[in-house]
Amino acid sequence: MARRVTYTTGLVGSDERVAQHPQARREITVDVHDDDATPWGVDAKLRVVGTDVPRVDGPAKATGAAKYTYDIQPQGLCFAGLVTSPHAHAEVQAVDVAAALKIPGVLVARAAGGRQVTFPGSIVAVVCAESEEALDDGLRAVVVTYDVKPPAVTVEDAMADGAAQVDRRAPNVPPEDDPRATMRRGDAQGAWDAAEVKVEGTWRTAIQTHSCLEPHGVVVQVMPDGHATIWASTQATSGFAAGPAMSRALGVPAAKIRVLTEHMGGGFGSKFGALEWDVLAAELARETRRPVRMLLSRRLEHLLGGNRPDSIQQMELGGTKDGRFTVLRGDVLGTAGNAAGGAGSNNVMVYGLPNVAMRQRTVRTHTARAAAFRAPRHPQGAFALEGVIDRFAHAAGLDPLEVRKRNDDHPIRRIQWDLAAERIGWAEARGRGGQRKDGPWRFGVGCAAARWSNAGRGAWRVDLKVHADGHVAVMSGVQDIGTGTRTLMAVLVAEELGIGVDRVDVRVGDTDYPPGPGSGGSTTSPSIGPAAREAALHAREGVAAKLAEAWDVPVADIGWKDGHYEAGGRTASFEEAARLVGTGGLAVSGTRRPNYEGPYGETAGVQMAEVAVDVETGVVRVKRVVAVHDAGRLVDTLTARSQVNGGVLQGISFALHEERRLDRAQGDMVNPTFDTYRILGLADTPQIDVLLTSVVSGFNNAGIMGLGEPATVPTAAAVAGAVYDAIGVQVTELPMTPARVLAALEGA
Amino acid sequence: MTRQEPPFEPAPPRATPADHATRVSRRGLFKGAGAAAVSAALLGARETLAREAAVADEVRTQGPGLVPITLRVNGEERKVQVEPRTTLLSALRLRLDLTGAKPVCERSQCGACTVWLDGQTVYACSVLAVEAEGREVTTVEGLGTPSDMHPVQAAFCAEDALQCGFCTPGMVMACAFAVKQHGKDLTEDQARAAVAGNLCRCGTHPHVLRAALRAAKGE
Repeated sequence: MARRVTYTTGLVGSDERVAQHPQARREITVDVHDDDATPWGVDAKLRVVGTDVPRVDGPAKATGAAKYTYDIQPQGLCFAGLVTSPHAHAEVQAVDVAAALKIPGVLVARAAGGRQVTFPGSIVAVVCAESEEALDDGLRAVVVTYDVKPPAVTVEDAMADGAAQVDRRAPNVPPEDDPRATMRRGDAQGAWDAAEVKVEGTWRTAIQTHSCLEPHGVVVQVMPDGHATIWASTQATSGFAAGPAMSRALGVPAAKIRVLTEHMGGGFGSKFGALEWDVLAAELARETRRPVRMLLSRRLEHLLGGNRPDSIQQMELGGTKDGRFTVLRGDVLGTAGNAAGGAGSNNVMVYGLPNVAMRQRTVRTHTARAAAFRAPRHPQGAFALEGVIDRFAHAAGLDPLEVRKRNDDHPIRRIQWDLAAERIGWAEARGRGGQRKDGPWRFGVGCAAARWSNAGRGAWRVDLKVHADGHVAVMSGVQDIGTGTRTLMAVLVAEELGIGVDRVDVRVGDTDYPPGPGSGGSTTSPSIGPAAREAALHAREGVAAKLAEAWDVPVADIGWKDGHYEAGGRTASFEEAARLVGTGGLAVSGTRRPNYEGPYGETAGVQMAEVAVDVETGVVRVKRVVAVHDAGRLVDTLTARSQVNGGVLQGISFALHEERRLDRAQGDMVNPTFDTYRILGLADTPQIDVLLTSVVSGFNNAGIMGLGEPATVPTAAAVAGAVYDAIGVQVTELPMTPARVLAALEGA
Repeated sequence: MTRQEPPFEPAPPRATPADHATRVSRRGLFKGAGAAAVSAALLGARETLAREAAVADEVRTQGPGLVPITLRVNGEERKVQVEPRTTLLSALRLRLDLTGAKPVCERSQCGACTVWLDGQTVYACSVLAVEAEGREVTTVEGLGTPSDMHPVQAAFCAEDALQCGFCTPGMVMACAFAVKQHGKDLTEDQARAAVAGNLCRCGTHPHVLRAALRAAKGE
């Protein structure tokens, strides 16, 4: 059953901008589910939504009270660790655990994993001990004998004649004419032949590890009554133990397994289902009848914890002299380790490109498997695409910003280009290849675009209980991985009920509550937020029914205005009326409805970066970033700014510092520590101006979209464009280390 | 030719395990020889040799098994049993269930385990528990609680200087130290330097800076 609702979607506020870009606001009519809340349009008067709300779990995190998986220490806790292969390609001949088993405190030491080693970090044995110290000794005492074989470590190695084959069932690289590898639109060859301006080049990006501060892992406890609890550092509590592997390892049915993720220390796409070591931990908990902790060491977190595939992107861009793109052609290679897919780049979605021919192939290598990493394929794709556009602008003698605007018809991003340019002072900031300088420093500015399109999904349910003191508890299995999910739900509930955020207790990360979505694809907020709002509406209606009895009026006569119930001149706040629910409280739930048809299904973003480049040392310093993003309607602008800061800083780190380095002969990672694998710190942090455009998407009752991923898409590309503008030559390989900058200058 | 310097002061050196070892030994010497008899000015080469000999005499062999020690943590005496190789971080977390300080990098690279030892910031992963005996240890839990937060903790919440929160206890301890050192005069460069040894993967850095300055100003 549905009711028809007509309301206005699009840009919230800024009528002036809308006057210039009428497409930035649209009236729509949708059939809203009868149980769902009426969508908030751009003119909705909201009290809490869209303001700066401090994170509800901030005090727990700032005082050390928040418990992460790593902090769970049941009585009798044992410690498990992995012996892994230092070789990339080998066969395990023997695993000798005799010495390890003699060490006091070592409970279990045995072979694990397969005999065939296809990447460094392959698990060959597992040890479980009563103390961390005994575990260290035990791991060191395991002796493994390998038959070592030559590996194929890099894309180039794996494609060379006579390269070792990574997977017996398939070649290291799919053939060039594999139809699944190529995406075509229009007539790319014809358009290339006809193009007035043609540019080409090759862009390369390095492998970036997720480097989550809390490593992957679990604490597992099997209770005497046959129930099992898994504390997991995961982005998907509800799916973590859903497969048969965990049930088998624990010897209990899925219904008796509870997964808890109250707080987790970073995932960025790398932490979804239970992995090999998680299952081993479960086996050990069952074997030892003791709680077992298995958390990866920092070295193994770098090796096994996931990574963003590298890329080699040959690109060709053609267009007209007045700056219109007509064709993009590309050939992209990258490795996702020993996985068959996952590499590649996404670079055809932002600008108008009538003719496209892109070939994308994943090359198998003897290295650890990649994992989804914040906007998979996008930062790599943006780096090459925006790079070839900068080259196009240079060839056509046009302003790089102007060229982008000519090829971009997204109504919100057209506004964002202007907002960003005004804020950074685009015209004055341009270096035009060395014209802005001070001593050895050259200054320049670059720009790049982001897009994302995921309005969320899933019929998730949120439970809500109203207590007589006017407080409410909100429950879902969804996890808060640091993105502010708890806070978002609390804000939506507080708004709907006219109460303070401090009256809302959000409990998440527990599979005893209704299942929630996994945190991937920037979908958590739009997937769970609308259910929270609907649950709050049902609470308001449930309390209204109690109030109707108390006031002795038909429930239909009870109105809701400015955060108060009213009927016949009487008014009551939610908190006052909530007394009527009595000691048992009132339990309700809300369900996320299928997406409505919204006009703003593609979120937009623009970033501009200003850099200083020392032409004597090759050092690049990012001075300032302006980041303009929408995420549908913004619920909490404070945590939203944090998300954008994080995306920008990970992007700068990707642009300037991060590179997984492998020993070419053996394939092992030579920089698996934080002093050798550099991630950006506060000393490298520039001024970041975050400008948020709130856009009611139309897809759900709150107009929410996601923000986590798009914020990191354009940063490296904008920094690279700024370096080009500063020194007049392009650095076409990430990270832009001093050596690469100097090489580019020398090659110019 | 003018060179732009990085826009911040270099970080003050944090105490290293070697520093602690020296301090512990010197204490032993003072105790053995009588503090009044020892003057730094008199410590020539011969005295240095004598001092080392005295230290050698003083050294108690501990371990390899469990050693009983008493730690002073957040103002309380806590008796624990540790191996000599057990780090302060491990002792705090596993023996005392003070899990605020986090293990991340395992070797003095990330600052997530930052605590105060006699009021100075140290990486708890790189101090042995036995070295901390008799000294004042302050952890993030000792700084404040959710219902009674230290100004720096409150500022972290107000400025949203945390996302996943795993680096936060270390960041808080580093910022609180800077605020304690500089008070209202804390500059942006000093705040940057104070947390230069703390890594964050979520990218909270700009808000951490704001929080430190906000707390210093007492807002």
